[in-house]
Amino acid sequence: MTELRLSHRPATGRKVADVLVRVFSVLSAALGIFFLFWILWVVLKKGHTVLSWSFFTSAPPSPGEGVGGIKYALVGTLKMTGLACLMGVPVGLLTGVYLAEFGRHGAFASGVRFCVNLLMGIPSILVGLFAYTVIVLAAPRHYSGNAGAFALAIIMLPTVARTSEDMLLLVPDALRESALALGIPRWRMITGILFRAARKGLLTGVLLSVSRVSGETAPLLFTALNNNFYPKNLSQPTANLTVTIYNYAMSPYDNWQRVAWGASLVIMAFLLGVTLLLRFILKERHRS
Amino acid sequence: MNVPAQEAPFETVRDVVVENPVISAQKLDFWYGQSQALFANDLDIAPRKVTAIIGPSGCGKSTHLRVYNRIFEQYRGQRAGGRVLLDGQDLLAPGTDSIALRRRIGMIFQKPTPFPMSIFENVAYGVRLHFSFSRKELERKVEESLRAAALWDEVKDLLHKPGTALSGGQQQRLCIARALAMSPDVLLMDEPTSAIDPVATARIEELVLQLKERLTVVIVTHNMQQAARISDHTAFFHLGRIIEFGATAKMFTNPSHPKTEEYITGRFG
Ligand SMILES: Nc1ncnc2c1ncn2[C@@H]1O[C@H](COP(=O)(O)OP(=O)(O)OP(=O)(O)O)[C@@H](O)[C@H]1O
Ligand SMILES: [Mg+2]
Repeated sequence: MTELRLSHRPATGRKVADVLVRVFSVLSAALGIFFLFWILWVVLKKGHTVLSWSFFTSAPPSPGEGVGGIKYALVGTLKMTGLACLMGVPVGLLTGVYLAEFGRHGAFASGVRFCVNLLMGIPSILVGLFAYTVIVLAAPRHYSGNAGAFALAIIMLPTVARTSEDMLLLVPDALRESALALGIPRWRMITGILFRAARKGLLTGVLLSVSRVSGETAPLLFTALNNNFYPKNLSQPTANLTVTIYNYAMSPYDNWQRVAWGASLVIMAFLLGVTLLLRFILKERHRS
Repeated sequence: MNVPAQEAPFETVRDVVVENPVISAQKLDFWYGQSQALFANDLDIAPRKVTAIIGPSGCGKSTHLRVYNRIFEQYRGQRAGGRVLLDGQDLLAPGTDSIALRRRIGMIFQKPTPFPMSIFENVAYGVRLHFSFSRKELERKVEESLRAAALWDEVKDLLHKPGTALSGGQQQRLCIARALAMSPDVLLMDEPTSAIDPVATARIEELVLQLKERLTVVIVTHNMQQAARISDHTAFFHLGRIIEFGATAKMFTNPSHPKTEEYITGRFG
C-alpha cells in the first residue's frame, strides 16, 4: 500500500492532528450543549414554582405580596408582537419579492441587499433609541406600545426580507416560466404560484423573526417602557414580558424576582415551541 | 489592414414552401448580452402541422422557440432582432400584449412543472384569469382539457389531489392540459419527453398527432426517431443558423445539406 501514499509528511503527525481536531471539536460542542442545559435547568428550577393557570390570568403583584400573574405583560407582548408583524412582515416580504423577482442582479437590488444585511446587524438597542427619537420624542411625547411595535417591526424586517428572498430563489425558474407562458401576469404568478410554492419557507422567515423579537428588551425599554395596567390599547406605555423581567429581577422583592423567573420560563417555552414548529415545517418540506 | 475573412453568404436549404404560415420568423437574430445566438433565422410554421426543430446541443433550438411567445423578455440582456409574424403581425413589435400572445401560443417545457395546487386547479388557474366562466363551464373546460391531453381517465377521481403527486409522464400531460385549456392556436414544446420514460413518451407522441387536428405544434427534440415519427416539417439548426428546412420524410431519407446528413446519421451532435 505504500505506493498509494500521496504525502511525504509522516503519517503519525497527521494522525495526531486528526485526533486533536476531533477531540477539541467534540469538547466544544459538548460545552455549548452543557451551557444550554445549564441555562434551561436554572430557568426551569427557579421559574416553575410560580407557574399555574392563575399566573397567566392575574394582575401583577404588589411588592412583597404574593406572585400575582403576568397577564398584562403577556397581553402587551402579544399585542405589540402582533402589530410588529402587521408592519414588518408585509414590508419584509415585499422587499424579498423585489430582491428575488424584480431586482435580482441589478445595482439597486445590490444596494438594497447590502442595506438589509446591515440592518440585520444593527444592535437592537440602537433601533430602540431610533424609535425613541422619532416616535416617543415626537408629539404626544410619551412612551407607547405603538413605538415598541415599531421598533420590533424594524428588527423583524431584515430577517423576513432575507428569508423571503432566499426561499423565493429556491423556486425553479421553470415554474415562473411555465406560469408566464400561460399568459398569467407577473404579479399573479408571484402571489398565486410562487408564494404557494414557497409558503413553508416564507412562514419560516416570519417565525424566525418572531422568535428573534420575542426576547428583545433593549428596544422596548426606550419605547413601550412598562405599565401596571391592562394594555387596552397601544397608545400608552405598555406592559410586556421582557421589561417586566428586567424590572422585577433587579428589584429587592423576593416575589417579584420569582415572577421574573416565571416570565423567563414562559419566553423560553415559547421559543422552544417555535423552534419545534420550524423543525416540523422544514421536515415536511424535505419530504415533499 | 486586418480585414476579417469574408464569410460566404449564408442560405438556408429549403425544399418546401409553406402556404399561409401561422408563424413566420424573418431574419430573426438573438443576443444573450453581447453574444449572438441566432443568425438571420427564416422559418415558416405551417398551420395544423407538426414542425420539428432538431440540431446539436447549443445550436439555438430553445432560443428560437422562446422568441415565439416572448418568454425571453423577462430576462435582462436578452434581445431579439428581425421579425416574427403571427397572422401577419410582428409579435416582436413593441406594442405587443405578451399576455394575449401567450394565451394564443402555449408552451411545454422539458421538465414537467405542475403548479403547487390540485390537479383541477392546475388546469383551472389560467382559465379563470382569461375567461369569465361559471363554475359549471369551468368544470367542463377542465374535463375537456384533461381529455384532450389523454389524462382524464387516470385522474378523474383524484382531481383534488396535488398535481405533484402524479408520475412524471402524467405531470407532463397535466401541463399539456393546462396549456390546452387556454384554447391556444399554437403549442410550443421544448424537448417535452426528454425527462420521462419511453412508455409515457409514446403516449405524448400519440397525443401530439391528435392535437395537430386542431392546432399547430412546434417541437424541439433530440430524438431523431421522434422527429421522424411525428413531424411533417423539420428544421435543422446548427450554430444558430437554420441549415436546412424541408418535409420530414424527405429530410430523413435524402437530406440536401451534408451537415444535415452528418447530424441525422449520428456522426456529430
Ligand atoms: N441564458 C443564457 N445566457 C447566455 N447564453 C445562453 C443562455 N441560454 C443559452 N445560451 C447560449 O445560446 C446558445 C443556444 O442555446 P440554446 O439553449 O438555444 O441551445 P439548444 O439548441 O436549445 O440546446 P440544447 O439541445 O442543449 O437544449 C448556446 O450557445 C448557449 O450557450
Ligand atoms: Mg434547449
